Amino acid sequence: MSLKGVHIAFIAVSLLLCAGFGAWAITDWRETGVSVSFYMGVGSFVSGIVLAVYGVWFLKKLRGISSI
Amino acid sequence: MSTTVIPHDLEPHPLTGMYNGKFGIWLFLASEIMLFGALFSTYVLLRVGAPPGQWPAHGSEILNVPLATLNTAVLISSSVTMVMSWAALKMKKFGSAQVWLTITFLCAGAFLVVKYFEYTDKFHHYQVWLNDPMPVGGHEVTTIKGHLTADSPKLECSEKTGAFNIPEYVIITPDGDHGSSGHGEAVRVEGSKIKRISNFGPRHSPYLATYFTMTGLHGLHIVGGMVVILYFMLVGGAIWKRSPEKYTNRIECTGLYWHFVDLVWIFLFPVLYLL
Repeated sequence: MSLKGVHIAFIAVSLLLCAGFGAWAITDWRETGVSVSFYMGVGSFVSGIVLAVYGVWFLKKLRGISSI
Repeated sequence: MSTTVIPHDLEPHPLTGMYNGKFGIWLFLASEIMLFGALFSTYVLLRVGAPPGQWPAHGSEILNVPLATLNTAVLISSSVTMVMSWAALKMKKFGSAQVWLTITFLCAGAFLVVKYFEYTDKFHHYQVWLNDPMPVGGHEVTTIKGHLTADSPKLECSEKTGAFNIPEYVIITPDGDHGSSGHGEAVRVEGSKIKRISNFGPRHSPYLATYFTMTGLHGLHIVGGMVVILYFMLVGGAIWKRSPEKYTNRIECTGLYWHFVDLVWIFLFPVLYLL
């Protein structure tokens, strides 16, 4: 597998992390009321969206390079 | 003088379908997966087998989640800049590739600086276990977490066990709510009342020993990656002039390694800090 394929897989895993961590942080904020957790949760969800957009852009940019 | 030509240095080998360098780095990464896999398995076994109360319910009770979140963002960004460097080389933009490579190096440095602060805080943060409950901040407690004041005597380690010897007394500033430091009034605890004292280093508990082993090994991999990236930042121009394809392939191999190191962190972060 080329670096392109590995990078796409990496972005997919990072996206899952953003979703999971966002959910964890928001749950923590609801339980403890610590505002930092709220900001981390929102930041994580926003980062997930940014990563998804980046992933699509990356695939388009490197269309000519094989993923294998 | 004869020159030795290494076959399949640039073009794919018919058996593996990839150039030899890439095949080599995948073999290396396979051994790395086994190494970290063994450590993750050890973590699971230790956690599952820990007696009740011996393992924190969540790593966030002890570790600094906001700092680790920052480090996660830094590492994910560094993977993006690493792949941008390779993509620029594919498009024959050497200057741009070196800029991306430099940013990757700086991200790795930033990760280590944050880790340094995280480690330092753990080594200056203490827990005192008491023989009997005593009142602290209006509550009866059997253990106090906090920072020792400058008036406390210097702690020494036992040569036999490696644990801290019980001092004559300690003066400790207890943590505030949710682990924030410096909110309580300093408390003097006599040595006769202390069952055990430790900083939050590897000797504190199996959990922290696992934490320092896994994040320490990961940190060493970051340093290894930085050495390689720095090498290509310094001599990349000469390799590029001789053979642009060879340099592009080398950056791809470096990128594969770097993604592996970042992927390890993406698993370490939730396992150690959140669960």
